[in-house]
Amino acid sequence: MRAIETITGPVSVLGRDDVDTDQIIPKQFLKRVERTGFGEFLFFDWAKEPGWELPRNPILVTGRNFGCGSSREHAPWALEDYGFQAIIAPSFADIFRSNCTKIGLLPVELPASDCAAIADAGEAQVDLAGQDVRWPGGSAHFEIDPEIKHRLLNGLDDIALTLAESEAIEAYERTRERSGPVTTAL
Amino acid sequence: MPKSLFDKIWDAHEVAPGLLYVDLHLVHEVTSPQAFDGLRLAGRKIRRPDRTLATADHNVPTDGTPVAARIRDSLSRVQVETLERNCREFGIPVYSLGSDRQGIVHVIGPELGVTQPGMTIVCGDSHTATHGAFGALAIGIGTSEVEHVLATQCLVQAKPRSMRIRYEGSLGFGVTAKDLILATIGQMGVDGAVGHVVEYAGEAIEGLSMEGRMTVCNMTIEGGGRAGMIAPDETTFEWVIGRPGAPGEIPEEWAELRTDPDAAFDREIDVDASAISPMVTWGTTPGMVAPVTAAVPEPDSEQDERALDYMGLEAGTPIQEIRLDRVFIGSCTNSRIGDLRAAAQIVGGHKVADGVYAMVVPGSQQVKLQAEREGLHEVFTRAGFDWRGAGCSMCLGMNPDVAAPRERVASTSNRNFEGRQGRGARSHLVSPQMAAAAALTGHFVDIREWEAPQ
Repeated sequence: MRAIETITGPVSVLGRDDVDTDQIIPKQFLKRVERTGFGEFLFFDWAKEPGWELPRNPILVTGRNFGCGSSREHAPWALEDYGFQAIIAPSFADIFRSNCTKIGLLPVELPASDCAAIADAGEAQVDLAGQDVRWPGGSAHFEIDPEIKHRLLNGLDDIALTLAESEAIEAYERTRERSGPVTTAL
Repeated sequence: MPKSLFDKIWDAHEVAPGLLYVDLHLVHEVTSPQAFDGLRLAGRKIRRPDRTLATADHNVPTDGTPVAARIRDSLSRVQVETLERNCREFGIPVYSLGSDRQGIVHVIGPELGVTQPGMTIVCGDSHTATHGAFGALAIGIGTSEVEHVLATQCLVQAKPRSMRIRYEGSLGFGVTAKDLILATIGQMGVDGAVGHVVEYAGEAIEGLSMEGRMTVCNMTIEGGGRAGMIAPDETTFEWVIGRPGAPGEIPEEWAELRTDPDAAFDREIDVDASAISPMVTWGTTPGMVAPVTAAVPEPDSEQDERALDYMGLEAGTPIQEIRLDRVFIGSCTNSRIGDLRAAAQIVGGHKVADGVYAMVVPGSQQVKLQAEREGLHEVFTRAGFDWRGAGCSMCLGMNPDVAAPRERVASTSNRNFEGRQGRGARSHLVSPQMAAAAALTGHFVDIREWEAPQ
């Protein structure tokens, strides 16, 4: 995963609430066994609607509860492959938010009024270290879990970090692990 | 300090702050191939194949295709074969096409008795919350997390907030677990439980069968919740004990798995269970839902207008006048034996209405076999229903079971999103009983006043 510092540039706007991951990447594209190449199918059905416009910018500004529904990580893969590096919204669905942070796509939660102002401004700068977003005419602070921030700032591999705690995991297995079920013995 | 059920399970599984040990990892073909690739690239092993179980469900044709090699859609075939190959390579038990244990991952876990009270369970699927019906903490995860759990048997997870939904009173005649959860989502909204683990409690919950409890917990994600759970009781123990992966006797510690009387929750909401009617969704989120006796509501947002336009509905139309093209009884929400029995009871000796295509898709091969032992398949097929093999089927249209553009579907599944059951298809979520009655009449009916057509 590449490290994130600041993300700067024009914003694309999708002014809808409760955008579900079935819209972000419809099911027919989940049959691929690769991790790349999903960007061209982003919002596949909506992109056919008259008046649809979603330029390939570094920042997406959208509505509340973005990424609800299916856990498919293909949704963040498609958004990232399309060119987005940060998504700004009033709220995110839990699994989607978590999936984004695993691949270095930064979810930024800001009040709806700030999201609207950023959409109007048309460009922004997201500073992860300082936890703020600046745009022509305004700025706002955002919250992020300190562990996730540390990982994103340094581009760290989650699995390697957990494997470094192998002793604690082994100790858990020795002394506290629940007995069964044993799937290999069914 | 008094603890909630969630607190107790969390504390028993925290390896280090923010690192949770996983007792069971369920795997399916759609969200796992990239995770196995990642392991191979990094030269990593699977930590606990004995705590991991896989099945093929999303892509599986329900026409009785006997082995993966015979799946006609080449992309689906590759995905299922990739799962089988990955499981062989890494030593994970897999129930794929041809196994009599194959089925929807959230149906076979409980059925095999590997879903048990007090466990932590994860799966690369948002409906993992289903397993919370047994008093487990069951969390849906993404593919990067699947890879992480395969490699470490742990999940990195900051502790979510807690929420309790308490139901007062009991459900009325003809009102099911499906109506209870749809009404709850209608009340709190599709993001009402975001960031929270939800415990469902109260008389109406205690009165539900295990199948009903699974239906409720299954749709927790449709209210935005991280997980849903119900404290295990005699109903739970009786259901679990003696299944292939379960203990032969009730372990003593299971008695501790309940919320202490004064435990604190970050949020509590109350729902009047006795006021809930049979419910039907009218829009494109599960929160756009109304009692069957109501009419399609006036839109009060741009989102509502868009939904009505997509659904081809006019505000003010009585729900019971909405005519249907298809009926789907199945999915991880409502495809268990109890669901099929309830639907078959409505069908009785009657016929599917002219112009309606209706299908019943058992959640697993075991459910299918049990239904056939009870003769339920004959009730359905005599009525004109299509009796299918086990899989996710038309819940999400990743297999040949899809609705055509503009076709209107009464569905026992969990999502009515645009295009979910086929591009342009219009989905209405209902209980199995309501779906069965809709199949016989060609429109929605109030199941409480149900009289079979002559």
